[in-house]
Amino acid sequence: MIEVFFILAYAIIVAAFVRSKTHLRLHTRLEVLLLASAALAVGLYALTQRMTQGLGATTHLSDSFPWGIWISVDLCGIALASGGFILAGIVHLFRVHRLEPILRPTVLTAFIAYQLVAAILVLDLGRPLRFWHPLVMWQHHSVMFEITLCLALYTVVLALEFSPVLFEYLGFHRAVEALQKMTLPVVMAGVILSTLHQSSFGSLFLIVPQKLSPYWYTPILPILFLLSAVCAGLGVALLECVLFERAAGGERLDAGIVPMLARWTSRALMLYVIVRLTDLLVRGSWRAVFQHPWLDASLAVEIIAGSLLPALWLGRIAKRNAHQAAAAAVTVLGGVVWHRLNVSWFGLIPASGVFYVPSWLEIAITLALVMIGILVFIAAAQLLPVFPRR
Amino acid sequence: MTRRTFLRHSTVGALGACAVCAGVADGSIAASAATDATRIGTLVDVTRCIGCRACVRACNQRNGLPQPEKPSTVWNGPVEELNFGRWTTVNLQGTPANGAAVPVKRQCMHCLEPACVSVCPVAALQQLPNGVVMYRKERCIGCRYCMFACPFGIPKFEWEASLDPEIGKCQFCAQHAVFTGPACAQACPTGALKFGSRQALLAEAKARIHVRPERYRDHVYGEHEAGGTAWLYLSSRSFSDLGFNTQLPRFGLPRLTWVALKLVPGVVIALVIVLTSVSFRMGRLAQQAAVHDRT
Ligand code: SF4
Ligand code: SF4
Repeated sequence: MIEVFFILAYAIIVAAFVRSKTHLRLHTRLEVLLLASAALAVGLYALTQRMTQGLGATTHLSDSFPWGIWISVDLCGIALASGGFILAGIVHLFRVHRLEPILRPTVLTAFIAYQLVAAILVLDLGRPLRFWHPLVMWQHHSVMFEITLCLALYTVVLALEFSPVLFEYLGFHRAVEALQKMTLPVVMAGVILSTLHQSSFGSLFLIVPQKLSPYWYTPILPILFLLSAVCAGLGVALLECVLFERAAGGERLDAGIVPMLARWTSRALMLYVIVRLTDLLVRGSWRAVFQHPWLDASLAVEIIAGSLLPALWLGRIAKRNAHQAAAAAVTVLGGVVWHRLNVSWFGLIPASGVFYVPSWLEIAITLALVMIGILVFIAAAQLLPVFPRR
Repeated sequence: MTRRTFLRHSTVGALGACAVCAGVADGSIAASAATDATRIGTLVDVTRCIGCRACVRACNQRNGLPQPEKPSTVWNGPVEELNFGRWTTVNLQGTPANGAAVPVKRQCMHCLEPACVSVCPVAALQQLPNGVVMYRKERCIGCRYCMFACPFGIPKFEWEASLDPEIGKCQFCAQHAVFTGPACAQACPTGALKFGSRQALLAEAKARIHVRPERYRDHVYGEHEAGGTAWLYLSSRSFSDLGFNTQLPRFGLPRLTWVALKLVPGVVIALVIVLTSVSFRMGRLAQQAAVHDRT
């Protein structure tokens, strides 16, 4: 299944490259393509190893540390993909149509990211071929079950949200109209499903109060994950603005958009930081200070560099300044990613008694998948009417 | 009403709706497990264990697990970790500062409210009415959430298998056609392991402590740990000294997840209501604005 995905994606990319009459300025250069091919080749080798040798021989996972970088990458990927539901909700439910130009690229990003997250989740299973079991063997006490169900349904929603672009390209105008009539309920379903599974990725860790460091274990993990996903989603939307201006060949976005998004991101981050710090204080987590100095450092990096700094920075971008906003947005994403690495990796190390570091095969597969994501985005952006044409 | 004030009102409304749903959806998980008379259990009296590992050999044999080449005891053999092919083991435990090390048996505790069962997305782990936690390999997808969640580190993964790994763990020998109690308890030559009804065993454990307070700590490990377990331990040494986790909550861990998961229906209903009204209201406002612009 995943191999097919690989080959398909690669075919699309090559096709996009050959079709050199692009109307966009997102150049796929030969060097980039070579680098990508190398990453894909190594990734394909790593994947074959994983499928034939098993998890024990190819990963550094163990009975003491059964979840590794793939779960962490999934947690981060899902946060970065939340722009899809946030922007769709803002544009269609709250009717802020000013943001419409960046909706398509954001939904495309989300769609690709969800495919990757699902691919990694399946890859991480001991029995990947049974990935469909949760969908038929319901176990409603399990967060993992809820997530699987939501992911499957939300993928359908994202496909419905993005398919008008494809149909427009193919000239199926009837289909586009039919889909547009369904927009409201589809978007609403997307917002609901996302709220559920974005928070549930945090709920995954509620069952391990004795394993996760008190800096990161809290009963409000689902709320924190939802909030930080909103921050990350808005951050991605900001990045999408910059991309838009690069890709749409000189066409400029409405001048109010970047400051507006920056303000929203800043407020969302502020809310997140307040909730996060209040929770740390209320639970008395300072008692864990100095037990593992490197965890203290990790916490400091997460909160100061990853949340407080970008919140203040974004709050000061009053005039439209897409590039400054993009730099701040990257910091936001870094902070969210760091929080999730802490929850799913670093914060678990002391109690597990082993220092898990991923094997190069685990990393190679991850990088190859991310590379595929980027290439598919570029290919789709060049072939389909994602950005306005010049 | 402008867009901004409407947004403010609707946020308040949404939070309120969520709170109401959270309250309505409040229900508790069965709390009667600890006193249920149908639950079986095993009492491990650490003071009676001589470290012969007869229980380990019996377990390996009954469950078709690999036997070590040389039969060993804790006194002459290596330290044996639990793994996919070893569901129980006995090792010397205890910090030397507190006296000579003593042999301690380990296996699945068969929690009354098992974390592993609650997290398994496909119900591959299942609790029988008598409390035994069984594994049904034909369902398992190998997600390893059970290993992650178990507070005692019990489920083990078949790391070597490429495409069909399974989970290995003690199932109280209840997976066999005729259930006559666990093989280990039958093999124990000293009576350190005693199989029976959990209620009766708990009473017996307390009686032993009462009669010989100089011999036992006043603590039955497993009475309350993680909401109580079917396997109960008696010891002369403090349990934390023997490598047991004594910091576990006194309630069943699944509760921690259920607090969040049970809100799902309420959240869905609240969001449907809030989002529909938001969308409707915003649509009206947009229309009005359009009309206003034209005039
Ligand atoms: S000890 Fe672990 S594996 Fe055994 S029932 Fe409890 S949670 Fe499940
Ligand atoms: S590894 Fe198997 S038994 Fe364990 S939680 Fe996953 S599906 Fe269930």
